[in-house]
Amino acid sequence: MVAVLLDGLSWLCLVAGVLAALIGGIGLLRLPDVFSRMHAAGLIDTLAAGLIIVGLVLQSPSWTVAVKLILIIVFILFTSPTATHALARAALHGRVLPWLGDRSSPSEGAPSSKA
Amino acid sequence: MTRAVSLGLAMAALWLLLSGYFDKPLLLAMGAVSVVLVVLLSRHMDVVDHEGHPVHLSLKVLAYWPWLLKEIVVSSIDVAKVILAPSLPIAPAVFTVRGRQRTELGRVIFANSITLTPGTVTIALDGEELTVYALTAQAASGWEDSEMNRRVAAIEAAT
Repeated sequence: MVAVLLDGLSWLCLVAGVLAALIGGIGLLRLPDVFSRMHAAGLIDTLAAGLIIVGLVLQSPSWTVAVKLILIIVFILFTSPTATHALARAALHGRVLPWLGDRSSPSEGAPSSKA
Repeated sequence: MTRAVSLGLAMAALWLLLSGYFDKPLLLAMGAVSVVLVVLLSRHMDVVDHEGHPVHLSLKVLAYWPWLLKEIVVSSIDVAKVILAPSLPIAPAVFTVRGRQRTELGRVIFANSITLTPGTVTIALDGEELTVYALTAQAASGWEDSEMNRRVAAIEAAT
């Protein structure tokens, strides 16, 4: 009974994580510039990765495996903002300015798809 | 010195958890040797300080993480709605927030928390000022007096 419940919960997390990754991917394609696309990427490396790993924790055969998976989440949560920040700095350094809608002149980075 | 000891303990725990060896004396001894070696090296490199190994924050940070996870989920759903809406209702904005934290470490925690919550990215941290890029006007409002700002300031308050 408990096993079935854990299995169901695990699948729920995995499916939700996959959906989050899918939405993040759609966001990467739909959003206009480097900076706004970082938000879509953020959806993938926090919510999607987190949900998938929680789903895997519920499937893990022993507690040492579960601990390792949880450590992976912790390290992702530490490193991904640093990487995002480095990306933003690099973009600014390369003179790509955030696209701010119609309020400002369209920056050279507006429809950029190189990121 | 206490910081070095706690670093050693943390790494020994990590070694045990990652290896899963609890009853193989030879391997345990080798693990202990590597832990000692790494602690000595870190001390030699002078990185075992309040920034490199902020053990004084650990208990309060552990209490902060669940709240941060909840924030990540809530703002993720907001971003997902924006992405899936056919009209793509984004209104990107760049603004500055003054971090209420006393130390640089506290402000870095605040900046990273902002980046971790989807919909907002910290672009720059200069003194007390954080430059934040937000995807929607809603995500851009109210950061100065935000609960996150207050909570991160509280983490480092009593240390």
